Amino acid sequence: MNYDPQKTPKDAQQKPILEVRHLCVDFHTAEGTVHAINDLSYTLMPGEKQGIVGESGSGKSVSSLAIMGLIPNPPGEIVSGQILFHGTDLTKLSDKEMNKIRGDKISMIFQEPMTSLNPILTCGSQIAESLVLHRGMKKKEALSEALRLMQEVGIASPEKRMKEYPHQLSGGMKQRVMIAMALACEPEILICDEPTTALDVTIQAQILDLIRKLNEEKGMSVLMITHDFGVIREISDNVIVMYTGKVVERAPADVIFKEPLHPYTKGLIGSIPRITKERGRLEQIEGMVPNPTEKIEGCTFWPRCPYATEQCRKADPPTVILGMHQVKCWRYGEA
Amino acid sequence: MKRHEEQSSGNNTERDPIVRAQDVRVTFRAPGSRDTVKAVDGVSLEVRRGEVFGVVGESGCGKSTLGRALLGLVPLSGGKVIADGRDLSTLSAPQMKEMRRKIQIIFQDPSACLNPRRTVREILTEPYLIHGIRDRKKIDEEIGKLIDAVGLAPYHLSRYPHELSGGQKQRIGIARALTLHPEFIVCDECVSALDVSVQAQVLNLLMRLRGEMGLTYFFISHNLNVIYQVSDRVAVMYLGRIVEIAPYRSLFENHFHPYTEALLSAIPGTGEGTKNRIILQGEVPSPQNPPTGCHFHTRCPKACPICSKEVPGMREILPDHFAACHLYDEKI
Repeated sequence: MNYDPQKTPKDAQQKPILEVRHLCVDFHTAEGTVHAINDLSYTLMPGEKQGIVGESGSGKSVSSLAIMGLIPNPPGEIVSGQILFHGTDLTKLSDKEMNKIRGDKISMIFQEPMTSLNPILTCGSQIAESLVLHRGMKKKEALSEALRLMQEVGIASPEKRMKEYPHQLSGGMKQRVMIAMALACEPEILICDEPTTALDVTIQAQILDLIRKLNEEKGMSVLMITHDFGVIREISDNVIVMYTGKVVERAPADVIFKEPLHPYTKGLIGSIPRITKERGRLEQIEGMVPNPTEKIEGCTFWPRCPYATEQCRKADPPTVILGMHQVKCWRYGEA
Repeated sequence: MKRHEEQSSGNNTERDPIVRAQDVRVTFRAPGSRDTVKAVDGVSLEVRRGEVFGVVGESGCGKSTLGRALLGLVPLSGGKVIADGRDLSTLSAPQMKEMRRKIQIIFQDPSACLNPRRTVREILTEPYLIHGIRDRKKIDEEIGKLIDAVGLAPYHLSRYPHELSGGQKQRIGIARALTLHPEFIVCDECVSALDVSVQAQVLNLLMRLRGEMGLTYFFISHNLNVIYQVSDRVAVMYLGRIVEIAPYRSLFENHFHPYTEALLSAIPGTGEGTKNRIILQGEVPSPQNPPTGCHFHTRCPKACPICSKEVPGMREILPDHFAACHLYDEKI
């Protein structure tokens, strides 16, 4: 089940497990319509680890909520595009049909385990809940399965923890409970939205290690959404870089770190301090992520781009595909 | 940096400390019980004039409390803090107020520390008024210079905090800390809430201001990459104690304490693969009930019997490089 990034989908003779096609998501707010996602397309293969990276407001989290059918409507709306899961368009499913997939075939873990767990239910019963719902298990059976899951995700003394409430656990433990819940029904896709951002580094290393192990052992596809290139380096086969709701670059992970083509990707990688890099003044991208209600003609990155020309200001660049690498920039080759 | 050189030559020593902590202890009462939490448990260090002193550690290790203790913002339960040659605990209220002009702080969350009902101009004017400077013309001139120094434009002065982005708010937080020409600034996780591209802008700004104004920073962060980027010397904290303290290059190349080693290896995306990663088992123990002896022995892959019994002392292992670990007991 191991994913080989060198193979194109055709030679791998595998069908993508998830295909996002030309997805557009708008939010209708008092200040105007925000195009949170603008023509997002990518595929996820069985066993693949896909990273989506971007700053706040890039639309990276909205894209995962769209897959889970969790865009609040109103104000949000999937305007166009398809999300194909094994060929079924998730955007066309009714709530009832979606409930069968959500938490069973596709699961998600969130950034803040404190706010995503129910404070008045014990950890054990929260994990058991999805087993009762999706697998039709009896409560008792589900609880013993929950115990096994808690062991699997590395929770010490699970018998005791099962009966505890979320507030009695530390942040890392809560995230493990979230992961146990997400894994309960052995999903085919695990979506991780900033799973370690709220955790300390030593605990972050434990959680990333666990996610990697689950991917290797169970062949589960992982969609890793983060702002942290370090996490991306750890856990992705392919990386998508998003800016203002658009994919500006996509490439295999080792390629994107060595030869980023888009000026935004270059700037982002250069702006991160790293202990493996000689220190000096950090590269910086001038300005900031534009207000989402602001309309920018042409390429949305031009106001911050050191290479912008007249062409960039006037017309939105097309996505150029160079083998495994794709980039949305007029001047990618020259810069 | 110029000022730094002048002052150090004036005092005829390169190790002229601007702030010194001697066996500082801070104890809090745990809510709803009689237990006490030793947030800072006997920390001694000196911050040298003109340097960036980085402090790194996981949440709950006491790094923020230590930063506040250095400013006299939390009562000490033991030890003393000497700032600019004077013991903070001996200062009267007016003397302390005078001292606060020299020692300042920049907080993590700029939204939480700016008054939402005041304009940027009012926020930046307040420190002058508190310190009895009432010459409007002079204040406006100073604020104009500051707003320019932190990379904002004069029209930002009439804005309210909610009209600014996170990065702009943090620039206001920095400008406010600079109003009274401080010498020593505690930066408490001051880039942690910012996006990476903005984080780089703010870090570059802080380093430029240090050079221009001859500032000394006590830079607190949980992010080792950031600490590496800015620090001259680094202290690593674990459960209220400093376990290692060294010049940055020496620390990142030669770290001696097993906790430092684990912390460095836990940084995601460094090195090839993850084969050599040390994954610490378990979590940071509760500071309400810390382990005996060396606080780290419960998670330490190299723990010996002595570690649970005796608190290791600080030893100088390389020049200016100290670690508190029993592993180095005999070697010295």
